[in-house]
Amino acid sequence: MTRVLADTLVVAERNLVRVTRAPDLLLAFTVQPIMFVLLFVYVFGGAIRIPAFYDGYADFMLPGILVQNIAFGGFVTALGLNEDLHKGLIDRFRSLPMARSAVLAGRTLADIATNALSIVVLTVTGLVIGFSFHAGLVEILAGVGLLLLFGYAFSWVFALLGLLVSSPEAANSVGFIAVFPLTFISNAFVPIKSMPNVLQWVASWNPISAMVAAIRELFGNPAAPIAKDVWPMQHPVPAAFIYCAILLAIGVPLALRRFRTRTTD
Amino acid sequence: MTNARTETRADAGPQEGEPAIVVSGLRKSFGEVRALDGVDFEVARGSVLGLLGPNGAGKTTAVRVLATLLKPDAGSARVTGLDVVADAPRLRERIGLAGQYAAIDENLTGLENLVMVGRLYGKPRPVATARGMELLERFELVDAARRPAKTYSGGMRRRLDLAAALVAKPPVLFLDEPTTGLDPRSRIELWTTIEELVAEGTTVLLTTQYLDEADRLADSIAVIDRGRVIANGTPDELKDRVGGERLEVHLAANGAAAQRAVAALAPMSDDAPMVDGDTVTLPVRRRTGVIVEAVRRLDEAGVEVADLALRRPTLDDVFLTLTGHVAETPEDEDEEMAA
Repeated sequence: MTRVLADTLVVAERNLVRVTRAPDLLLAFTVQPIMFVLLFVYVFGGAIRIPAFYDGYADFMLPGILVQNIAFGGFVTALGLNEDLHKGLIDRFRSLPMARSAVLAGRTLADIATNALSIVVLTVTGLVIGFSFHAGLVEILAGVGLLLLFGYAFSWVFALLGLLVSSPEAANSVGFIAVFPLTFISNAFVPIKSMPNVLQWVASWNPISAMVAAIRELFGNPAAPIAKDVWPMQHPVPAAFIYCAILLAIGVPLALRRFRTRTTD
Repeated sequence: MTNARTETRADAGPQEGEPAIVVSGLRKSFGEVRALDGVDFEVARGSVLGLLGPNGAGKTTAVRVLATLLKPDAGSARVTGLDVVADAPRLRERIGLAGQYAAIDENLTGLENLVMVGRLYGKPRPVATARGMELLERFELVDAARRPAKTYSGGMRRRLDLAAALVAKPPVLFLDEPTTGLDPRSRIELWTTIEELVAEGTTVLLTTQYLDEADRLADSIAVIDRGRVIANGTPDELKDRVGGERLEVHLAANGAAAQRAVAALAPMSDDAPMVDGDTVTLPVRRRTGVIVEAVRRLDEAGVEVADLALRRPTLDDVFLTLTGHVAETPEDEDEEMAA
């Protein structure tokens, strides 16, 4: 068991070093999030009607951007894994006496660090443009913890995706097609009430919505008014944790199994 | 049981006389394609076996099975006494693999690559680092040790790949086409390094398309074609079967001249001359005086010669002799790549 842990740390370290050496990857975790924040607050912000009890669009919307960014962060996992498969590196790993699961476990562990970086960048940017916390330190830390947990769960799902598709380009497209609607058909950027009825139902059950509402609550900003009276919207914080658990329960075993079948014969 | 080997090779260890690698009846198919169709060979401890064959012959598949990357459909293989399927985890501590696609992380530096591999063998970081520096010195990569591997030349990458295979000082080394695509100088340097490793007692299984590489490095050669071993022997035995040098005569004109040339040259060898358009090829057993005699005979027969040369046998010659056809690449090379 200690071998699994040790090998996981080695792989995680390698993935983090790669991020620091690849400037384009680093951009994805720093500049891109900043761009998103500025885009949504200043370009879209004026056109979207948010409930009046918010101090400003930044307060409403930063949790949404945080969650969306975390969801997209898993992309890098899928891409990197697919690339490793195509070059000889996975073969080298497999010919070594290392724990098999460490390849995936190390990659998803490294994602926690990159997600943390994104969270810091986004939060600082948000604070600069007018976002403010209205909660105690404990709740704020709980919110950050929830974000990291969600990111971890999502990166396992993305690892599965990276192992299912045939090429890095396919990983890119499929991932985008999957995540993009998921993050937008939610309460992340607009109040659910403003959507057509069918989408209101979809959005209300969407794990992204539960996450965003949970973060809003934990960061001390009021939750958006509930459009459909479903349990996740009434109790977003426990719902968010439950969704994370479900994602992990599905993602981890499937990804590990897929890794085994994809790389052995 | 063990193959004959030269006396200069040191015995690698105080174990029984089982060969380091024993392969028996190995079969592996990818869909319709039979990559391995009943392969048998053995490699004595501390010696080098060259697996010689064209692309798609099954060389890479065989190596991947032995390196525990693929499971065979049938047959058995044992490396250092361990079964490649049943004892795979334990076996991985005793083998090193270096291939045509240098399996190194391009974003990491040379040293970081070797330290990572060392740690994945279970060594603590300081030990892995020391071993890494030792290998970098041996492979003359110290100056580049702290540069990302993507800045390395092709020869340097191969050396780093080989270094990575050697981190745990494995008694058995698998080299899959180690010099394909390298410039001549890098090839020779790599050959020298491999010879040093073998002198230290490492058993090497080497796959190659090049007869000169097999000739130089291998104690014995197994020629593999379409998933089967079609010949097995020392380099000298193989060259004898193939007939040694070839006299190649390019005639100034086709047709009747070729027939006259064949008639003039035929007495020079036990084997029949072969005609291909304006080229007559004759296997000969010696070098001395061959060119002079050939020129004289052709001159006496009144044959006009454009070019005349004595050349060493190539893989095509080997295959032509052994199989009656030239070394073919199968229609679907992708199985080798995807394996």
